Amino acid sequence: MSIDFVVHDAEDSVGVVVVEGIQAGQTLTGWVMHQDQTVTFEVRDPIPIGHKLAIRDLAEGDTVIKYGVDIGKVVKPISKGEHLHVHNVKTKRW
Amino acid sequence: MELKGRKFMGYRRDNGRVGVRNHVVVLPVDDISNAAAEAVANNIKGTLALPHPYGRLQFGADLDLHFRTLIGTGSNPNVAAVVVIGIEPGWTNKVVEGIQATGKPVAGFWIEQNGDHNTICAASKVAREYVQYATELQREECDVSELWVSTKCGESDTTSGCGANPTVGDAFDKLYDAGCTLVFGETSELTGGEHLVAERCATPEVREKFQAMFDRYSAMIDRHKTSDLSESQPTKGNIEGGLTTIEEKALGNIQKIGHRCRVDGVLDKAEMPDKPGLWFMDSSSAAAEMVTLCAASGYVVHFFPTGQGNVIGNPILPVIKICANPRTFRTMSEHIDVDVTGILKREINMQEAGDKLLEMMFRTANGRHTSAEALGHREFVLTRLYESA
Repeated sequence: MSIDFVVHDAEDSVGVVVVEGIQAGQTLTGWVMHQDQTVTFEVRDPIPIGHKLAIRDLAEGDTVIKYGVDIGKVVKPISKGEHLHVHNVKTKRW
Repeated sequence: MELKGRKFMGYRRDNGRVGVRNHVVVLPVDDISNAAAEAVANNIKGTLALPHPYGRLQFGADLDLHFRTLIGTGSNPNVAAVVVIGIEPGWTNKVVEGIQATGKPVAGFWIEQNGDHNTICAASKVAREYVQYATELQREECDVSELWVSTKCGESDTTSGCGANPTVGDAFDKLYDAGCTLVFGETSELTGGEHLVAERCATPEVREKFQAMFDRYSAMIDRHKTSDLSESQPTKGNIEGGLTTIEEKALGNIQKIGHRCRVDGVLDKAEMPDKPGLWFMDSSSAAAEMVTLCAASGYVVHFFPTGQGNVIGNPILPVIKICANPRTFRTMSEHIDVDVTGILKREINMQEAGDKLLEMMFRTANGRHTSAEALGHREFVLTRLYESA
């Protein structure tokens, strides 16, 4: 089956879009690489290839998990299926 | 792929090291000798000038690094012979003597009291002899364990962490088992994943040295930063490609060191390892700086995964580019040596991708020019530690 996004680990908060032209409202198929599972759900924003979508609801101050590890903090609430990037997530390090 | 016993055709140098290229280099010691070095390279076909902007009034650790980088570059087994040109004899001879330790032909020339004309004339005569010497050398059969392979990624995006970097990781695991000498670096670009690298260090001593290098680099960034470094690290291109934070970039970055290899030792910039295994080298994360340091440390083949399409090459170190992003492969395929876009379509698995890279490594070691070589990318960028005196 062709896939639209990949998730490194089932515990992650995000998936990465791996095809071009994703539009809001599309139903996407994702591959959870570590557990080798398939998931599907609706995307709420247009998302460019390589960019991330939230695969769970995240509140301000929450930690974003990718590869099973902390990759930063949420600075604006993000709903499942929304575009997650520099406008709503920041580094905790610098 | 079973690597034990695999052979390739390389150039065996007098010091026992094996190269995969056979360059005759014209090496300026300092910025003001670039014109003479380039004139020699223009006169004598088959030579390669390595102009750079430094070498005057440097001091202390920064000067040591300058010499280590120039001597290391000339000593690299991908180089058959070297003509060194400086403004005066003292520092010129220091570089010549450093390279002489390898046993390869090297000669120095200086411009003060000679002028450009006489220097270019004398150096061109020797360069012509060196080209004729080098072109008679024959490749011979060498074992895979004699390969020194470096890695550094660039213009990464999220597909780097999912595809191109773990491809290098799979290849590194296999090369490690085969007894090769490997290196990775990019100190600041481990931020957020440094604990995972520390866990991979082979001994407490190595871990301590690694941590000290990481902490020093982080303190330097804290001292100079005026923002959270967004657009510098991650770069504007990284962000365009979907990477959001340094932590996310770092976790993708460290996919390059695979799963099985241990970090057997740590190196200062342009320092040469003294045994096989996986080494960490303290280094900038800027592509040309890091790859130049790998060449100066003696590495002969480089794995360069890219997401958005960094086009870097190096004058003496073949840079093999690996890409998993289908858009980048479509728009700039002339820069990509190994297409692993199949990973994210689930058409190939990581072991198959790693094998594909290793096959290209052998073809490159045997003489196939990389895309960067064919396109003339010769970025030679010396790392500076601080201002000149």
